Amino acid sequence: MEPQFDYVLKAVEERQVRLIRLWFTDVLGQLKSVAISPAELDSAFEEGVHFDGSAIDGFSRVQESDVIAKPDPSTFELMPWADGGSTGRMFCDISNPDGTAFSGDPRHILKRNLREAEANGYALFVAPEMEFFYFADGNPNHQPELLDSGSFFDLTTSDVASDLRRRTISVLEAMSIPVEYSFHEDSPSQHEIDLRYTDALTMADQIMTFRLVVRELALERDRYASFMPKPIAGIQGSGMHLHLSLFGEHGNAFHDPEAEYGLSEVGRAFTAGLLRHAREITAVTNQLVNSYKRLVNGFEAPVWISWAQQNRSALVRVPVTRVDKPSSTRIEYRSPDPSCNPYLAFSVLVAAGMKGITEGYELPGELKQNLNELSASEAGKLGVSALPASLAEALDEMERSELVQEALGDHIFEWFLRNKRSEWADYKAHVSPWELQRYLPSW
Amino acid sequence: MDKTNFAVFTGQPDAATNPAIVEVIRTLTMAGHHAIEVRDIQDLKALRPAAGWSGSVVPVGTTNEATTEAWGYCRDSRRIEDTIIPVLVLIGGSHVSELSDRNEQFDDFILSPFHPSEMQARISHLLWRSGQAPGPEIVELGPLLLNVETYQASLQNRPLDLTFMEYELLKFLAVSPGKVFSREILLNRVWGYEYFGGARTVDVHVRRLRAKFGEEHAHLIQTVRSVGYKLDQSRAI
Ligand SMILES: Nc1ncnc2c1ncn2[C@@H]1O[C@H](COP(=O)(O)OP(=O)(O)OP(=O)(O)O)[C@@H](O)[C@H]1O
Repeated sequence: MEPQFDYVLKAVEERQVRLIRLWFTDVLGQLKSVAISPAELDSAFEEGVHFDGSAIDGFSRVQESDVIAKPDPSTFELMPWADGGSTGRMFCDISNPDGTAFSGDPRHILKRNLREAEANGYALFVAPEMEFFYFADGNPNHQPELLDSGSFFDLTTSDVASDLRRRTISVLEAMSIPVEYSFHEDSPSQHEIDLRYTDALTMADQIMTFRLVVRELALERDRYASFMPKPIAGIQGSGMHLHLSLFGEHGNAFHDPEAEYGLSEVGRAFTAGLLRHAREITAVTNQLVNSYKRLVNGFEAPVWISWAQQNRSALVRVPVTRVDKPSSTRIEYRSPDPSCNPYLAFSVLVAAGMKGITEGYELPGELKQNLNELSASEAGKLGVSALPASLAEALDEMERSELVQEALGDHIFEWFLRNKRSEWADYKAHVSPWELQRYLPSW
Repeated sequence: MDKTNFAVFTGQPDAATNPAIVEVIRTLTMAGHHAIEVRDIQDLKALRPAAGWSGSVVPVGTTNEATTEAWGYCRDSRRIEDTIIPVLVLIGGSHVSELSDRNEQFDDFILSPFHPSEMQARISHLLWRSGQAPGPEIVELGPLLLNVETYQASLQNRPLDLTFMEYELLKFLAVSPGKVFSREILLNRVWGYEYFGGARTVDVHVRRLRAKFGEEHAHLIQTVRSVGYKLDQSRAI
């Protein structure tokens, strides 16, 4: 038996684990789970667990719906907050009954894209800045109530928030997710937790864990945590800025002490790839109708496709790295939001960046000015284009993109487009309160 | 550790006839190790098993030419990128003086002719020292306790829930407390293979371990600037 299997079996026994959750992710980025008992663990490792995929978003196929979840023993962790710590979890890879990888499995898609980068000599490392809100409840029938809005929480607000913060950090760290907590001064209800960088596959797993932990711990305290990109008009939305770097044989491939901002040719070409393909990949990094309400001027979210060292309105930022820390050289891609499917988002990002490297794209010039007030004609003069302004526009761009089709594979590419087109159609047919307020009085 | 592969240095001449080498191979095999003959450093690189070398046994020979070659091999084996293979030197009583200024070229020596059980004991000690042997069932270091049999770890009697690789890394460091290991060595010995960005992986795992230890004990794993990591109870670096 493989030592990793043995390790999990022993841990389950020693720690008296009663339930093991096998996790995987659907195409839309929702976490799914199949629970098994310790007695079933052996056979789960050997043969996997069969289940009917037809109910899972993006898993159904015409003839076949049976798929197999194979747990990845290296991801075994206890869930310290659930059932007194007697539940463990593992991420799974999904395969077809004949043993081949299932093309609808986002984790498999990411692995394939990472392997391609590796064949070129690079491993992708990622550190996300996760933003989210705590609300009084998750009732969609009224405006989300902020924790600091006075009426509801009053005195207890800061206590609840700091207690939740402490507990969240300790649970995350117990699950191998080291974090840094930041405060949001402008909106105490909004929180930011930065996850320490690690390889992209592990990070995608960590984001899935993170979203679950934050939401469940909030529920424990009768609060509702939301990763919706723009829950409240007029208040900054929640982003998921991604710090990205490639490591090669000789360490951080983005680092070159001689180059401008310490960013190597490889780093520049990768960035050029992200910029050139930004419009095509945005439907994946920002997948909700609501995502595009965050990507507007005036709220520190990027609108224009540009890069700069220090510019909060740029799509890509090149953070200053300390001279004595070459391994921290990285770029920050600022459009993604925390509602995305991290496996698919990392897949299209690495594909776009690697394309820049393999084709030797030139990085356009840095744009230092504040782009918030940029008009279309000024943008035209500068030669900058804008990110898609709506999900519909993003889907049009995606549909034309060979790069995205290749990165996601036909199965997911087509399913995603179909699903999202129908989401857009629903939205388009909807009449919003804004429209009533604006038009009813005069028309 | 299931497979322990030993490189037995034979040198260039028709060495298979050399009874010492035959005896070394037999002794290793008897002890459950896998013995592979290597003629020179190229062989050592070319024949490297997937799991890496656990060690090398080097009979230094008697002729001038043979000893030069053998010591050259020991030296070069230290320079193979990212790996230090524990070296056990087999040496005749009249050559012992050669050991004196070559301390960094071998890890242990044994006099030729040797007794098989002595060689086995030295080999298992070498394996233990380089963190490869099953070693003791319980590894204890201050508040930290590792049970190698059940894979359990605890810190001040509080169970530490670790992933497999976190556990393996911690065990490796704990078996040789105070000893500094480079990221490359750790990657090589703990992960057992090399992949791109690999050395970063070590940092990432160290950070996770420290987070799981909690602030009070995070210092148990110390960073030795521009060298690597060690597990140590003392706070000083
Ligand atoms: N190579 C990298 N790739 C992606 N993100 C990185 C990389 N290196 C650092 N980061 C991220 O950038 C941020 C700053 O990290 P960095 O290590 O430079 O500074 P720091 O937080 O002061 O670290 P330390 O406490 O180790 O000094 C962190 O969020 C980290 O996760």
